Amino acid sequence: MIRLDGVGQVFDGREGQVTALEKIDLHVRGGEFVTLIGRSGCGKSTLLRLIAGLLPPTSGAVQVAGEPVTGPRRDVSFMFQRPALLPWRSVLSNVMLPVEIDKGAGDRSKAAYRDRAHQLLELVGLQGFERRLPHELSGGMQQRVSLCRSLIRDPQVMLMDEPFSALDALTRTELSEELQRIKMELSTTIVFVTHSIEEAVVLADRVVVLTPRPGRMREVVDIDIPRPRSLGQNAHLTEVAAISGRLHALLAEKESDEVRPVDEVRSR
Amino acid sequence: MTRRTMPKRTWLTDSPVAAVVLPIIGLAVAIGLWWGATVVFSIEPYLLPSPWDVVVKFFEQPGYLLQETGTSLLETIEGFLLAIVIGVPIAVLIVRSVVLERLVYPLLLMVNSIPKVAIAPLLVIWMGFGQWPKVVMVLLMCFFPIVISTAQGMKSTPTELVELMRSLNASRVQEFFKLRLRYAMPQIFTGFKVAISLAVIGSVISEFVGATKGLGYVIQQSGASADTTLAFAAISLLSVMSIALFYALVLLEHWLLPWAQEKR
Ligand SMILES: Nc1ncnc2c1ncn2[C@@H]1O[C@H](COP(=O)(O)OP(=O)(O)O)[C@@H](O)[C@H]1O
Ligand SMILES: [Mg+2]
Repeated sequence: MIRLDGVGQVFDGREGQVTALEKIDLHVRGGEFVTLIGRSGCGKSTLLRLIAGLLPPTSGAVQVAGEPVTGPRRDVSFMFQRPALLPWRSVLSNVMLPVEIDKGAGDRSKAAYRDRAHQLLELVGLQGFERRLPHELSGGMQQRVSLCRSLIRDPQVMLMDEPFSALDALTRTELSEELQRIKMELSTTIVFVTHSIEEAVVLADRVVVLTPRPGRMREVVDIDIPRPRSLGQNAHLTEVAAISGRLHALLAEKESDEVRPVDEVRSR
Repeated sequence: MTRRTMPKRTWLTDSPVAAVVLPIIGLAVAIGLWWGATVVFSIEPYLLPSPWDVVVKFFEQPGYLLQETGTSLLETIEGFLLAIVIGVPIAVLIVRSVVLERLVYPLLLMVNSIPKVAIAPLLVIWMGFGQWPKVVMVLLMCFFPIVISTAQGMKSTPTELVELMRSLNASRVQEFFKLRLRYAMPQIFTGFKVAISLAVIGSVISEFVGATKGLGYVIQQSGASADTTLAFAAISLLSVMSIALFYALVLLEHWLLPWAQEKR
């Protein structure tokens, strides 16, 4: 479904060039749930933006559904860390925004999309809130609206950039369970960025560990724990703990050629 | 989202009745003080008339004064609308092009820094004694705050919203109308509210010179005949007009932008 071959990204920063990503070879199968984990600044968002077609790679090739990515595709949706809702739009019309922008290209009637929007809002427990404005909702509710918006056109691929990281622990657990439920229902391919090891393990079929500066693929870890899994209470605590421990070690490990830890390099 | 800590909330801060009553009380106290001063210090009416004298003056010739108020009001609104029609697009262009911004900004600053009283006679020379020099004066007065606030608002679009629109494959036009302009509206309205008071001042200044109508003309004439009370009546009407226009904008904003209500 998603294929990256030798993908690299170099930015022209103020202090010279920054290699954000290097030699990324990744193949995400249809219906797979892949989480990307790595320290902040290691190029996770950049990788998602490359797949989304928001940024052309400086080297290598990105393919989605067998076609080279040249720009944003309508069957790929992006979800951000912040809800990114338009404050003047009601919950319902925020969810309908993608349909409204891409007029004509839809394969359903507007009414059908509207029904779908109501369905999705119900799925995440927001029935009755359709006419509210975003500022009347809690952060968790806003992020749920954002989730519905990214699902409205039945995307084949969902790219999620730390979507739950700004939420409190409980909401986060709830939302990750809802996401798994939706995922099982829709068989969407999901690439999910996080910096939480536990979240990465609980959600993923495979975890991709990135190294910082430049972002390279450190390791890909298969997660064979049966679903549904839960962030909070877990029937497979020992397995999760074992894999989490391994990921922790991978993230903490420094590559031999790296002189100083990243955080030291970053602070000026 | 995150709320800032609120000051203590009471009936006085939250009730819509209080929102209307409090300003009226404020006004009444000010007028009371004015009245008290004229009585206590027994000030001559040609120096400072009492509020009562002013009211009496108004009712001596209400038709005439209201007609002059209408003239000034029309000039004010016309100039204000013209400033919006010209100012908002200019602001949009400035935001879109750095080159244009650098070219035009000093010019705008220069025009804004000219004392408007100084060019009132020039406008009369250029445009005659009709309504145009008045409308243009109003335009000059309120153009700048409208441009600045619109430009500021257009620049304040959060990057994640821009990225969202991009990820949805929105066209530039959609990005502009569905996001940038909408997002700028509260700040544009702030500019409007600053501009509307300046607009009223602009109409009065322009009526001081080469005019035969309007409240500015009335004030100027009453100065010539030392009719201080008439001048005060005209000034009071101007204030009422200014306040009414301002609150009309506030209401319009509440109605158009319910999502952007001021939060303290
Ligand atoms: N548009 C850009 N211009 C210059 N540098 C960028 C840009 N976007 C990201 N970077 C740099 O690329 C690196 C990776 O950024 P990012 O993908 O946001 O990391 P992450 O999401 O893992 O925290 C960082 O060092 C960041 O400073
Ligand atoms: Mg990021």
